[in-house]
Amino acid sequence: MDPQAAKLIGAGLAAIGAGMAAIGVGNVFGSFLESALRNPGAADGQQGRLFIGFAAAELLGLLSFVVAMILIFVA
Amino acid sequence: MHQFAIHPMFGTEGWEIAGYNIAFTNSTLWMILAALGLLIFVFGGLKRELVPGRWQMAVEYMTGFIDSMLAANIGPAGKKYVPYIFSLFMFILFANVLGLLPIGIIGLHPFTFTSHFSATGVLAIMSFAIVLIVGFWKHKLHFFSLFVPHGTPLAMIPIIFPIELVSFLVRPFSLALRLFVAMMAGHVLLKVLSSFVISGINAGAGFAALVSIPSFILMIGISALEILVAAIQAYVFALLTSLYLNDAENLH
Repeated sequence: MDPQAAKLIGAGLAAIGAGMAAIGVGNVFGSFLESALRNPGAADGQQGRLFIGFAAAELLGLLSFVVAMILIFVA
Repeated sequence: MHQFAIHPMFGTEGWEIAGYNIAFTNSTLWMILAALGLLIFVFGGLKRELVPGRWQMAVEYMTGFIDSMLAANIGPAGKKYVPYIFSLFMFILFANVLGLLPIGIIGLHPFTFTSHFSATGVLAIMSFAIVLIVGFWKHKLHFFSLFVPHGTPLAMIPIIFPIELVSFLVRPFSLALRLFVAMMAGHVLLKVLSSFVISGINAGAGFAALVSIPSFILMIGISALEILVAAIQAYVFALLTSLYLNDAENLH
């Protein structure tokens, strides 16, 4: 296979990771909202943890973006 | 892309120290603008009136926000980190928001220096250095017990130790990478959408209606999302720094 084509296919495959991270981030906020509506009194105290979960889920999607950028522009 | 290009300004191209170029770049200019905006914001609220006005309330709200975040994450020992975390949070917030200003319509080019790994890397290294200094200062070599959580069975230690060590050592990279990629990805997305708008208009009325108008509406939505992301990324950076400081202060 032409190396250039392989690079672009790899970059496209890396976009799957971004989509997976979207599922993860949605899951974090969705679960938070679900349980916050059950117990609104405890919701405010857990916002720090919400954003920790968000940051962890988001980082992996951003990493796949970095992989795609490296494949297209650097490698 | 032009919006990420760093170039010297005010004829300082040739400034060198020991073979390294130290030109005054557009990145420097926007860092100074962010710091200046932060200074104006804080000094506007330093009148110390008994009944605070709007401006003072805004400043007090932000300091109180950081204070309560540190109190929740570190405890009473977190009080001394309020100045650092506040400066970090507000500097990143101002930088992100200034980079989104629509001053392109009057011919100026905003520059988001947080979309460069070198800038966010230095901020992350500062946070990481404070964690290391505080940890070793306070706990001496006992700080290494951070890598072996309480109650780990003896047989698990050879497995847990490298995992914890690696997860500790990638912290500055993940901290810097998250901010840099989030800002860069947002700006690239806006750039791609705006190129859709322009090439749609250039291709004729049909394409303008079919491509440009939906892209433009999407762009407005994404711009609002970018303002949210600018605030969230600054918050996440400050929050994770305070969590890492908690490890240094209280171990596990």
